[in-house]
Amino acid sequence: MTIMTDQTEPEYNYDVVRLFTLATVFWCIVGLLVGLLIASQLAFPDLNIEPYFNFGRLRPVHTSAVIFAFCGNALFATSYYVVQRTCGVRLWNDKLAHFTFWGYQLFIVMAAVGYIFGVNQTKEYAEPEWYADIWLTVVWVSYLLVYLMTCIKRKEPHLYVANWFYLSFIVTVAVLHIANNLSIPAEFVGAKSYSVFGGVQSAMIQWWYGHNAVGFFLTAGFLGMMYYFVPKQANRPVYSYRLSIIHFWSLIFIYIWAGPHHLHYTALPDWAQTLGMTFSIMLWMPSWGGMVNGVMTLSGAWHKLREDPILQFMIISLAFYGMATFEGPLMAIRSVNSLSHYTDWTIGHVHSAALGWNGFITFGALYYMVPKLWGQTRMYSTKLISLHLWIATIGIVFYITAMWVSGIMQGLMWRTYDEMGFLQYSFVESVMAMKPFYIIRAMGGCLYLTGALIMTYNIWRTIRGDVNVKEFGPDQTQSQTLAQSPQTQGAMA
Amino acid sequence: MSFLDKHEKLERNSLLLLGCTIIVILIGGLVEIVPLFRMETVIEPVEGMRPYTPLELVGQNIYMRENCSVCHSQQIRPLRDEVVRYGHYSLAAESMYDHPFQWGSKRTGPDLARVGGKYSDEWHSRHLIEPRDMIPESVMPSYGFLMKRGATLHDLKYHLRALRAVGVPYTDDMIKNATRDAKVQAVGEDRVDTTGLLERYGEKVNARDFDGQPNMISEMDALIAYLQVLGTFIDFDAAKDVEGGAQ
Repeated sequence: MTIMTDQTEPEYNYDVVRLFTLATVFWCIVGLLVGLLIASQLAFPDLNIEPYFNFGRLRPVHTSAVIFAFCGNALFATSYYVVQRTCGVRLWNDKLAHFTFWGYQLFIVMAAVGYIFGVNQTKEYAEPEWYADIWLTVVWVSYLLVYLMTCIKRKEPHLYVANWFYLSFIVTVAVLHIANNLSIPAEFVGAKSYSVFGGVQSAMIQWWYGHNAVGFFLTAGFLGMMYYFVPKQANRPVYSYRLSIIHFWSLIFIYIWAGPHHLHYTALPDWAQTLGMTFSIMLWMPSWGGMVNGVMTLSGAWHKLREDPILQFMIISLAFYGMATFEGPLMAIRSVNSLSHYTDWTIGHVHSAALGWNGFITFGALYYMVPKLWGQTRMYSTKLISLHLWIATIGIVFYITAMWVSGIMQGLMWRTYDEMGFLQYSFVESVMAMKPFYIIRAMGGCLYLTGALIMTYNIWRTIRGDVNVKEFGPDQTQSQTLAQSPQTQGAMA
Repeated sequence: MSFLDKHEKLERNSLLLLGCTIIVILIGGLVEIVPLFRMETVIEPVEGMRPYTPLELVGQNIYMRENCSVCHSQQIRPLRDEVVRYGHYSLAAESMYDHPFQWGSKRTGPDLARVGGKYSDEWHSRHLIEPRDMIPESVMPSYGFLMKRGATLHDLKYHLRALRAVGVPYTDDMIKNATRDAKVQAVGEDRVDTTGLLERYGEKVNARDFDGQPNMISEMDALIAYLQVLGTFIDFDAAKDVEGGAQ
């Protein structure tokens, strides 16, 4: 715990954190709703409404809404919260911080509207066209400035480990975004541009970007989140300081090499594929370093896991993180990839990570932050947090098991021969076989969405200052004093 | 404890930490990406590759606008079942004029790298209008609106010019005649003189009315012109003796 020598408590900028928190909840619902819709379209193609609501146009709306809008806003909200609390100073430059909020929301809307109207670079997770890309660059550099300047003017002598991860996430995403989106607009007033890179080079650069969008946006940034909120919620110090140093540097060094595993058996030169595969397997250990450090933070406090659903969210998220970062290297092995690539197995893999790891750690962080941001002592209802947890977990299990089965089945059907040596199945037979699994997947998504709606209700009641009387008794009210005292919430570092 | 002491310097200096982070994350990308621009073996030259005609380019841009690559790959892997199902595995040269590549990452529908010439124009237009008329179990969305929308052809020279700036070998002649070439290709050799188009893009260019609506050049025309040329540039039968690897 930090001892505040300065008697005047720092006035943290919670306004911008609150805005990002609300945006996180809003885009979470939007992203999941569109996901449910496109999942249903695959089972029931009549749900496509041409041209604007066809699967092809809605799919990037879903992925961008979940990755950039939901996860992105969660990263903004938590990073601005964490950097202030662990540095013991107010966020640098209120105006620029607020600009990052409105600027980022504008980017999301520009991107999503573009997809619906057919403005799309077709690079996965980098679909927005040049004008939105330039805008995002402006916003992102502002984000880096706000974050870095807050770190520089900190009162704490050391920069806490969560900030290393956030900082590496912000700067690496800037590098990836700019390099992958270099393009020449066809006309200055038109949306269409042509990528500077073509063919095999564009493939390599796109998946260098794409895999590190996962590695830095959805992993390094979220590990920053984990390194603050897990120790806070468990009220224990991080398990191993040394492990955090080793796994931080090895994670960011190795991740960047892993991209070519998306291009096994393609026209990309073999040496690049082999490098990608090798580093993907090596990546297993630094990934698990983070999981071990997170889970073991509970040593000596395991009993808390029994009663605290917020902690349960965080620990389940680490379990999913561990599972996905084991499955990833496995799928990066060329011979496994020959089966899994192009199938739903990949979709299942990313959703075990996105729903399990990114979703759950975010929900945990939101449940931790919301009462503090709005000056309450606790969430409106703990039982509803628990309900959210179990509905969402069952939803994920539905989702990923359906995709495992359908993915592996698809891969096997494509390569099955009859006794004459001919291909056993036509392509459309593999499409037909997917239908029941697409329905189960949509049901899983529906459950997950239901959980998120329960969270939204719980957060709304908390912000209003309500306390569930049935749970906590009639004499409980939300105290206005406890949460605003920095002494009780001192920085971990 | 010495390494912890050394690391403390980084923890105390945000800019130093940031600098080291940037160096560490740049290494892998540089090692994997830079050689791809410097090695001649990355894209082995093959006979027959040509840039897309303006009409095919409009078609590819519609393919990209509708985001077809989220369900259809254009990259046949050198695996027995894929070669049997789709044809010769994809060569690097075959996508060298795609900015960016359209390899895809998921096959909700089949690979399209060599779909060119496999089905008739009529099959394609009926399938795009209502996929389930041709394949009852298909889950593909309908694209009937492409029949009603005129293809945008007036600004094609700017598109060709932008592509030339990123390395596609369009000549001045091609850029100047871009819009005319697109119209000529969609109207077809039965009704207009296609000599200029064929001179610029080769004798194999398909010049005909693709969508069965001779009175307009629709987006359907452009998309089918693009689909019908996919994977047809290289004559693998002729290359078999030279290359030795083709099946």
